[in-house]
Parts: sequence; C-alpha cells; structure tokens
Amino acid sequence: MNGIQMDLISNDKLAKMAPVEKVRFIIDEVKSGKILVLESGLTPEEEANLIEITMSQIDPGDFTGIEMESYPFKIDNSLLGKLFKKNTIRTRLTVIGPAKQLKTLKKDRDLISALVFANK
Amino acid sequence: MGIIQSFRNNFKGFFKKLFNKKNARIGIYGPPNAGKTTLANRILRDWTGDAMGSVSHVAHETRRARRREGITIKTNGNSITLDIVDTPGLATKIDFQDFMSEGLEENEAKRRAKEATEGVIEAVKWLENLDGVILVMDATEDPFTQVNVTVIGNMEARRLPLLIAANKVDLEDSSPKNIKDAFPQHPMVAISALEGKNIDTFYGEIAKRFG
Repeated sequence: MNGIQMDLISNDKLAKMAPVEKVRFIIDEVKSGKILVLESGLTPEEEANLIEITMSQIDPGDFTGIEMESYPFKIDNSLLGKLFKKNTIRTRLTVIGPAKQLKTLKKDRDLISALVFANK
Repeated sequence: MGIIQSFRNNFKGFFKKLFNKKNARIGIYGPPNAGKTTLANRILRDWTGDAMGSVSHVAHETRRARRREGITIKTNGNSITLDIVDTPGLATKIDFQDFMSEGLEENEAKRRAKEATEGVIEAVKWLENLDGVILVMDATEDPFTQVNVTVIGNMEARRLPLLIAANKVDLEDSSPKNIKDAFPQHPMVAISALEGKNIDTFYGEIAKRFG
C-alpha cells in the first residue's frame, strides 16, 4: 500500500530536546519521507536554523528541501521581556515535510491547507 | 515631520558623530523574486548614483549577500546614514529542475541551485548581525509565506525594527492591503521599486524606523 507516514509530535517530546537536537531530528525524519506536525512549532531562531541546515542537505535529484508552514508567531508582552528587552514569542502549530511530497495550498493567520503527494 | 522630531534626529546625529557610533546595518530580506535587488539598486541609484547588482526574472539571481556602507538618505530635512545588505532570496526548497524549466542547461541549473543554497545560508547568518530589516514582499503574492513569517518572527524576538516594503504595486493584480492585513503590527509602505512609485514615502519611513 502506498502511503505517507505522518507523525504528530507533542510539545512535551520537543521540549526535552536542545534546539540543535530538534533541528537534527526534524531534518532526519523529513529526509526519510515523513511529514511532521509539531504541536507547538519552533521558535523563530529554530526555524532559521532549520532553513540553514536544510540548505546544507540539498542534493540535486534526491532531496530538494522542505515545505514548512507555521502560523505567524504571537508575542507575549511579559514584564520579564520588557526588562530584558527581548520579546517572548509564543510558537504555534507547524507542519514540515519533504518539498516533493507536501505542498501548501493556502495559508492565513489561523489556517494551513496543504496537499500531500504519495509518490516522490 | 514636526520640529521636535527633526530636533531629536539632529541631536542623535550629533551624538553619533561625537562617539563615532557605527551606522545602522539594515538587511534587505524576502523570498526570491520579490524585488530585493531592484529595491537595493533604487536606493543606491537615488543616493549614490551607483547600483547593487543585476536583476533577473529567474529566481535566485542574487546568490551572494552584498553590503554597501555609508548610504546617506535625506528626507524631510533630516538625514540618516545606513549600511545596506542586499541578501539572497530566502527559501526552504531549491530544485535545479525549476531553473531548467526557465531555460537553463542542466549543469548550469545545478550550479545555480548549489550557489542558491549557499546564498540562503549566508542570508540566514546575516540575520544575527543586523540592526533592522527591510522585508520586501511581492504584493501580487500571498503574504503568509514561511519566509515572511520566519523573518518577522526573528525580528520580533530580537525586538529589532522592521519595515515592510509591499513591492510591485505597478502591477494590476497587486494588493498591498493583503500584506497590511496580514501583518498589521508592522509599518508597511506600498512601493514599486522598479518605477519608483511611493519611494519618497518609503525613504521617510526608513528614517523614522532606523534613525
């Protein structure tokens, strides 16, 4: 049977990982053909790191990159953030998959609509 | 701009000179083909008479970040001096076959793809060395792209100033309102970098945000 594995990753599982582990985990899973749904997404810095690592893994004809879609971040205007002059970003659900198997159709503030292809 | 704002900017400029503070370093970011280099060229031509780099309809024409230092922009009686970094288009995927469909030979397409991946890495690394970002969005496209979300998130997390340039408003199907509705928390100027439409308003906003 032709199908695609989709893993829904809880916030608890990702929270135990260091940022570098998270990115490595995601890349390895996506390169093996899985589609990941991250309950709480990644921080903006982790997203940037993921893009960077993805680029280093691109292999013509084999791995062309990832399709990643997350909702826009939300800012928590906490007192601590104001004190340290750094915003606390609330991350949100994120979908990541191989670029050849996942294609975003539409996205807005609160909706991600995507197509999944069975064959590479 | 009011007298108080003008006084404030001149006061800042005086202290900057006094303490030899470095110019603000501003990155021009966005997805491929949003018009980043066209905008960089427009800024440079208007204020230095020079150009930043070549432009093309084929994506990833800019594959190396280019920095120009000491660009002085004068607007509404004030002036601001910036270092501007034109970055390669950010993307999460690069397929050499896309370049072949644009008419490039296979070897050339693969070379361009390889250089484009290096360009994206360079653009991501620059994010940590900037004082602010001009995010160029194609106003004919859906604004909620992952690149836009990631760049805005990084600026918000670092509390760095961001100015959105809703580009290509010379095209009939452009809708800068969609961009404003998508990211209402950030200032946006609807421009045509190619034709220079609204460019003076854009320079005024640059002085306001990065001055």
